[in-house]
Amino acid sequence: MLVSDTDTPTASVPPRDGRFDVAAARRRCLELRHRILDLSRNLAAMHIAPAFSCLEMVDAIYFGLMRRDRNGASSDTFILSKGHGCMAQYAVLERLGVLSSEDLELNCKPEGRLGGHPDYGTPGIEASTGSLGHGLAIGLGMAYADKLKREDRRVFVLVGDGEMQEGSVWEALMMAANLGLDNLVCLLDLNDFQGLGRTSETHPHFYPIVDKIAAFGWEVASVDGHDAGALVDAFQSRRGGVPFFVVGRTIKGRGVAFMENVPIWHYRSPDAEEYRIAKAGLREVGSGGGTAPGGGS
Amino acid sequence: MRNSFADTFHELGQRDPRLCIVVADISPAGSIQKFRDAFPERFVNTGVAEQVMIGMTAGMAMRGLRPFAYTIATFALYRPFEMVRNDLAYQNLPVTIVGIGGGVAYSVLGGTHHAQEDVAIACGIPNLSVISPCDPLEVEAATRHCAVQTGGPIYMRLGKAGEPVLTRDAPDPFLFGKLRFLRRVPGAETCILAHGGIMRLAQQAADALAERGEPASLVSVHTLKPLDSAGLRAILASYRRVVVIEETSCQNGLGPMVKRIAWDMDADTRLHHFALRDEFTHVHGSHADVLASHGLTLENILAALDQRPAAGRRGRGAP
Ligand SMILES: Cc1ncc(C[n+]2csc(CCOP(=O)(O)OP(=O)(O)O)c2C)c(N)n1
Ligand SMILES: [Mg+2]
Repeated sequence: MLVSDTDTPTASVPPRDGRFDVAAARRRCLELRHRILDLSRNLAAMHIAPAFSCLEMVDAIYFGLMRRDRNGASSDTFILSKGHGCMAQYAVLERLGVLSSEDLELNCKPEGRLGGHPDYGTPGIEASTGSLGHGLAIGLGMAYADKLKREDRRVFVLVGDGEMQEGSVWEALMMAANLGLDNLVCLLDLNDFQGLGRTSETHPHFYPIVDKIAAFGWEVASVDGHDAGALVDAFQSRRGGVPFFVVGRTIKGRGVAFMENVPIWHYRSPDAEEYRIAKAGLREVGSGGGTAPGGGS
Repeated sequence: MRNSFADTFHELGQRDPRLCIVVADISPAGSIQKFRDAFPERFVNTGVAEQVMIGMTAGMAMRGLRPFAYTIATFALYRPFEMVRNDLAYQNLPVTIVGIGGGVAYSVLGGTHHAQEDVAIACGIPNLSVISPCDPLEVEAATRHCAVQTGGPIYMRLGKAGEPVLTRDAPDPFLFGKLRFLRRVPGAETCILAHGGIMRLAQQAADALAERGEPASLVSVHTLKPLDSAGLRAILASYRRVVVIEETSCQNGLGPMVKRIAWDMDADTRLHHFALRDEFTHVHGSHADVLASHGLTLENILAALDQRPAAGRRGRGAP
């Protein structure tokens, strides 16, 4: 049985480059979870567990991996290919001041500009996703264009494990190393769940995943996807020269005990009582390790 | 609608061991779970992989099974488009593709989940029949047809859940390939044609017209392909105003098909077409909000009809 309120710090925290503050990231993600829960009150249904699953990864991408100039602008790009997890991205973009609090309050309302999936043209949103299996090819095209134009930009793409069943993801995976795209980073939210249940039960031959991707010429790291520090470290200690893939082992619904690994929370908003319990139980999340068999590899 | 499909499929599946369902990580509602528990080997979940979902139904049909593929309409048709065209239609195999959320029913989920050009696309593929039932009872009848027919592939476009029953008292039965009067008003000058979940709005329009003393007949053109041309010709010949209301792109769908027939027969009737605009909406909200962003509201429809009353194309009787 998994505990939800794991607030025990990870045993050893390797040195970082000083920019990424792990303790601050944990506090931030706790606040972001509160924010997302509060916003869920506005909506009949929300993809809440998919957002909690990738929250630390999205936070680490924006605050730890994407380079920013003094004005906070970044020439690096992030595409949330599993677009249904967009509450994580919206909450981070609000935090960064890219989206306003009103934007988030009006999410999925006709007066607002945010919807149930990221929409290209909205501030901070670099591609329209929602149909799974598109983001990596788009990111690959951006990374290739940046190479052609000799621009020093990185493209980060976050995909879901269910999403990885789309053939298009594998076409992009096969192509990236052929194009020598060491500026392309793919992060996998490996929560071992998808729409219709637990992946290791419904599609056990999805695993091993690390070996499959490495066989296509990517450098692959596997980390605790709720440990933002570990994600940043993995990126900083990569060998480089080839596209980089990070398997983040996660827990779907992470942070709210009754949502963790419970399929109905894929697309549902808590009712008043569930909301109260969820809010009362929120703690900082520093690790989780995921529930995929064999640590996801 | 999806519950009606699930219940009917479950009932039929108990009798016909050839019936199988292949889904792509979308949980089919209600009774499909019962079907799955009873016949686990006849329920396949390919995962988030629509191309293999469609491709494998072709192979199963070639071995004599009667597979249904089931997922959200956009993912049922657009992602695996060439599998639908080549594997199912070109080889003319009796497979039913069930698309959930036809039109803009997945309103808040945005453009990636809106099936607005699905009717045009599906109708453009040779051999592929297209059914767009308007309520749970038509879904049941259509599912029964799909389960036994041997004519080739069918795209069945469904709404989501909670659609009201509209056809219980219809004077005509549901027959594949035949349009169906839901309300036949003798002497009426106006006939409203619709298909799919937006029939509810069409019915409201008919009610509103009746209240002002302009009663209208109401017709479900549930089978969009093969189209009931004879039935449409008869309507075009006998009503002075024909109104098509549909939740599909205005570029194609029932409206333009009716206009073609009207032109070919030189019909003396006034034609109105209310459909989704040829646009991606970026309005997120309820189903009604998104329809409104395409101009599809009862007020707009009535206002447009008021501007050009029933008169016939050549203006016979018009002021
Ligand atoms: C092409 C496509 N098929 C199906 C869907 C419907 N869908 C939305 S989320 C989801 C499950 C995704 O699972 P996963 O990628 O593991 O994301 P998680 O929610 O677990 O983070 C599915 C099937 C979709 N959005 N796009
Ligand atoms: Mg998953």
